[in-house]
Amino acid sequence: MEQVTLNTADLKSQEYFLNMGPQHPATHGVLRLILTLDGEVVKNIEPDLGYIHRSIEKQCEYEGYKQIIHLTDRMDYLSAHINNEAVALAIEQALEIEVPERVKVIRTIMGELTRIASHLLWWGVMGMDVGALTTFMYAFRDREMINDIMEETCGARLTMSYSTPGGVMFDLHPNFVKRIKEFIPHLRSVIPKYDELLTGNVIFQKRMKGVGYMSYEDAISHGASGPVARGSGVSCDRRKKGPYSAFASQDIDFKEIIYTEGDNLARYNVRMKEMLQSLNIIEQLIDNIPDDGIQAKTRALIKLPKGEFLQRVETARGDLGVYIVSDGKKNPYRVKFRSPGFSNLNALIEIGKGHLIADLVAIMSTLDFVVPDIDR
Amino acid sequence: MILTNTTNYFAELVSYLSEQMGLGGQILAYVIVAAIYLGFFAVAGLLLVYIERRVAAFFQLRLGPNRVGPWGLLQTIADALKLLSKEIFGTNRKDKLLYNTAYYLVIIASLVALSVIPFSIGVQAYDLNIGVFFISAVSSVGVLGIIFGGWGSNNKYSLIGGMRSGLQMISYELSSGLAILTIILMAGTLQMSGIIEAQRDGFFIWRGHIPALIAFFVFVIAGTAESNRTPFDLAEGEAELGAGYHSEYSGMGFAFFFLAEFINMFIISAIAVTLFFGGWLAPFHLTDGLAYQPLWGAIWFFLKVSVMIFLLMWFRWTFPRLRIDQLLTLEWKYLLPIGLINIVLMAILVYFNLVF
Repeated sequence: MEQVTLNTADLKSQEYFLNMGPQHPATHGVLRLILTLDGEVVKNIEPDLGYIHRSIEKQCEYEGYKQIIHLTDRMDYLSAHINNEAVALAIEQALEIEVPERVKVIRTIMGELTRIASHLLWWGVMGMDVGALTTFMYAFRDREMINDIMEETCGARLTMSYSTPGGVMFDLHPNFVKRIKEFIPHLRSVIPKYDELLTGNVIFQKRMKGVGYMSYEDAISHGASGPVARGSGVSCDRRKKGPYSAFASQDIDFKEIIYTEGDNLARYNVRMKEMLQSLNIIEQLIDNIPDDGIQAKTRALIKLPKGEFLQRVETARGDLGVYIVSDGKKNPYRVKFRSPGFSNLNALIEIGKGHLIADLVAIMSTLDFVVPDIDR
Repeated sequence: MILTNTTNYFAELVSYLSEQMGLGGQILAYVIVAAIYLGFFAVAGLLLVYIERRVAAFFQLRLGPNRVGPWGLLQTIADALKLLSKEIFGTNRKDKLLYNTAYYLVIIASLVALSVIPFSIGVQAYDLNIGVFFISAVSSVGVLGIIFGGWGSNNKYSLIGGMRSGLQMISYELSSGLAILTIILMAGTLQMSGIIEAQRDGFFIWRGHIPALIAFFVFVIAGTAESNRTPFDLAEGEAELGAGYHSEYSGMGFAFFFLAEFINMFIISAIAVTLFFGGWLAPFHLTDGLAYQPLWGAIWFFLKVSVMIFLLMWFRWTFPRLRIDQLLTLEWKYLLPIGLINIVLMAILVYFNLVF
């Protein structure tokens, strides 16, 4: 791995280096940023990755296709289910399996629950990053309900590994529908309270508005995706552009949230509104989950035909691409994950420059990094 | 000028012991008074930490400390003991002198400021005739401690924290000073007990019309900033700087900074109560005729102070943090002009005798 070197000879007389991370509360994990500062103004940002690199892509080459799914839990652990789904979809696409409608609906509901959980956690941490410590607890209270729903059905709260090639691992728990129906009105009622606590706060508005501007062109050229790109007016929702699972098979009515301001507040608002849209999606699906089995017929040992397969899904962070090259054996020849976090980190290098440290922290928060997603 | 004719218990103790035992008695009396204040300092600090944690917990859907002792009251004592037993270590190549004096400066500043605060009738270590001025002068020394700690730690995060704190405190001293001056115009004295006596017929917050209200708001904002609490906790700025100026302190070094912060909060609240809400005076003369006046005074004083402290805690657990440039903008472009205009307004009111 290329070693990042600090060359003090390049510094101007007023400037100094500040090593932000790998152990720093604002980097949400083990991301290391080497900042060149002038006073408190950030002149240059150099991310140094690799502190949580676990060679997931390489490991995938040694695992069977069913095992790969379990590895993907550990990439973007906040959208674990969506990662699972992406791999499962890629394998199904290669095998040309048509999964039961029930599976599609379950996967979509679980995916949207995951998205809400991820956005809730993001909201809590976002508040912490700008100094409002209370948001964290509120967000975790409500995220807990989702975790409980997950736990009841698939036994795990964070790393679900719920999808398998051709279906899902277990059928829904009898309580599932009831629990979801309790959760939807609950979240609908607390989001206005969230707005009262944080969004409407004048200090918060001042901290967010106009800070961390990313233009439409920048968002595209950095390959930003998900709420980050949608905050800059780029329409990039995979659920609309390349529908998968129930988005393709059912007629789901939901809006792609797009803000054109491109600043922190826009990215913030996109996520806040997306939670409500996800609730809409779940609400439309929950009442009529078809009953045609939870597993398509697959062989015990899956072998993919020779070729290259790509599946893109919309995780909570953006566009996740799963690219599998198969040479016909029981394990893939090469697996590549196109992770949204990595591209969004690229954007940080540009948009963070010229801001104060405090703003940099807020920008990082609205870009919503999950470091294992960047490093894999 | 209004002079108090009530007895000062501490002064009486000193004169009594020096009469009985001469110079030795006088020194003994001073030691006793100092011990009382140190004891109060420690107990109030620990209690405030406990209250802060409980209040924060209730704001955050939690219970807070509730296992050690009744209602978790001993939790902070356990924590203090833990901090006492911890190894003290710092960074390499720290500036030893500054690093080691920093926390003493901070804690001495708040301890000295405590000495002129009237807790009740005659319960005041030293009824200085320039009491309020003395407090604002002494509490500025605490800034030095924070800057020393930031500079001496040989850590860039600490340095940024220390510089931020310096900027912040120097700026906000002006506003709090102006707010205090506004009230002093009404009271006509700088003496703490005198200010309280002047409020016998009504607290300044009511008598001072709008200027007193404005002064109160300015003082609360500036006071929150001076005690380094959210939304002005930039010096620590947890998400940005780790722990800011006290990143490199461990054990009791850290505990001193931590305690001083809470005592500063108490001092700010006590000044606000003394200036605007009549200190130990009972509202509406509720308990005026009763026996044990000093006790009633203490009860009213601590009641009012707790309300103020609760207010500060409320700020802390609901507001996000300001950015450094917004902080300075708020002070120099808003609070300071408002304070200046306010003082002129108050001067006019007082000159034409329009206050109640």
